[in-house]
Amino acid sequence: MAVIKPRPNRRGRPARQRLHSRQARFGLLFVVPATLYVAIFQLGPVLYGLVLSFSQYSPLSRSGPQFIGLDNYRGLYGDPEFARAMAITGRYVLQVLPPTVVIALGLALLSNRAFRGVGLFRTAMYVPHVISLTAVSMIWLWIYSDQGLVNEVLAFFGMSEQRWLATESGALNAASAMRVWKALGSNMVLLLAGLQTVPKDLYEAARVDGANAWQQFRAVTLPGLRPMLTYVVAMDIIYLAQGFTEIFVLTQGGPYGSTTTVNYLIYTEAFQYNDMGSASAMAFVLFAFIAGLSIIAIRVGQGRRP
Amino acid sequence: MLLTRRARRSRPWPRIAVLAFVTALVLLPFLWMISLAFTKEGQAMSGISLIPEQPTLENFSVAVQAANLRQAFANSTIVTTVAVATNCVVPVIAGYAFAHLPFRGSKVLFYILVSTAAIPVSVTLIPLFLMAKNFPFAGGNDVLGQGGSGLLDSVGGLMLPYLVATMNIFLSRQYFAGMDRDFAEAARIDGASELRIFTRVYLPMARPLIALVAVFSFTGVWDDFLWPLVVSTSAKSTTVQLAITTFASTGNVKYGALMAATILVSVPVLLVFLFNQRGFIAGLSEGGIKG
Repeated sequence: MAVIKPRPNRRGRPARQRLHSRQARFGLLFVVPATLYVAIFQLGPVLYGLVLSFSQYSPLSRSGPQFIGLDNYRGLYGDPEFARAMAITGRYVLQVLPPTVVIALGLALLSNRAFRGVGLFRTAMYVPHVISLTAVSMIWLWIYSDQGLVNEVLAFFGMSEQRWLATESGALNAASAMRVWKALGSNMVLLLAGLQTVPKDLYEAARVDGANAWQQFRAVTLPGLRPMLTYVVAMDIIYLAQGFTEIFVLTQGGPYGSTTTVNYLIYTEAFQYNDMGSASAMAFVLFAFIAGLSIIAIRVGQGRRP
Repeated sequence: MLLTRRARRSRPWPRIAVLAFVTALVLLPFLWMISLAFTKEGQAMSGISLIPEQPTLENFSVAVQAANLRQAFANSTIVTTVAVATNCVVPVIAGYAFAHLPFRGSKVLFYILVSTAAIPVSVTLIPLFLMAKNFPFAGGNDVLGQGGSGLLDSVGGLMLPYLVATMNIFLSRQYFAGMDRDFAEAARIDGASELRIFTRVYLPMARPLIALVAVFSFTGVWDDFLWPLVVSTSAKSTTVQLAITTFASTGNVKYGALMAATILVSVPVLLVFLFNQRGFIAGLSEGGIKG
């Protein structure tokens, strides 16, 4: 006697599920090109870089990368040049970040109101952000040059000229001033967007309670702005800690290495000294440094202890 | 009563004066750049007058020849056009799928892809350089990518890391997720294919997204410096940003011509920005800032 078992039939599934699987297949198809690209040209290089950071490798030599364990990282630990570059990068972030965020916040507060010309103001403030870092560095290269704008203005007021980019003590400050100027507009626009999310009736309530302008700022504006402020600070940290182009154009890391940021050191190590392994190790230390700094910024932003 | 009323009626003039002063300060470097570019070489170094006595276009013609700008513009235009085109398709359809056509594991995949946007450029720079150098069948390389220079010093090498920006996958998903799913359901009941639903229903509604992705990709690629610096080894594969820095480093810098070159290189992004201002700034607060 033949037992008729219900054959597991693929087509027997409910119509709804079949519909969903058709969509899923299409979804997969749409995602494949982007996934392949990111896997090959983003994730692949990260893994490759990690391997390189444990290897000794010069593209000029015929042999491939030689595995040397933790030697690259150990080498960095005692390397005064790398320690100095880390310190310079940290100083760079710390001296650009506060002024640019505070001034941008002030400007956002001042322009957070409709009046004639406010659109023009916002557009103008944003121009330094749109122009490439290379181009604005060129302009500032001239501004800081011997007969540049800064010296001309100083001479006008009867003060003596200086070589801004040629002194060990001043070059990093000169680059920092330029970055403050460049970051101002985009930070301001972001903070302005943040200000517009603060509920208007909270101000009304604070006013009824007799809060003055400063108290309103402390009790209403700042807490409401917190998420955007955190975002702005974290983004600024990420970009500033990778400072390279402006250094390349303005100072080439000099004078005497006083503006050699980690990213600049990585560039010279890899592409002038052909030491790909050590440069990769530096890149991962920088990665950890940036991740650490931004996590601290985000935790502080959320009102937790770092 | 009188006091609160006075406090509320804020006078705009001090505010406007401060903002006008700041605007002037921020724009000053650009004004001086323009002035210098139109000033005859040699006169440039005299005083701080803003308006040149005899405006001249000489600096621009000097710049175009000396800085190899023709080649640079050709290369940058090709690279940017290709990158804008691929970015307007590949990440956009992926974002659409992540928002409307979920499959098993799609959420995890989305987070993995988007998290790569947080990786610093210097981490992938060296591996990408070696990958470009050892690219199979390019620049005299064999199957294993040995023997030649690969994609180094070529337009293909220049565009390699720009073709899909993960930030655009994120932007696209966010954008499509804000659209109603009912449109798709209705179209499905009418028997429309998935491809048709995407191209006929959702894509036409996504014009602002495409514009935003195009603008971001354009400025990102046009303005990039580090990758061209690494991958281009001769004038044949130079880009606009690279050209102005090589020009600046050739011995005695002629600032007038240098500023002229900088203006020429910056005009395209400035135009793109001015024509898309609203979308640009909206996208900035939604996505991320660069540079």
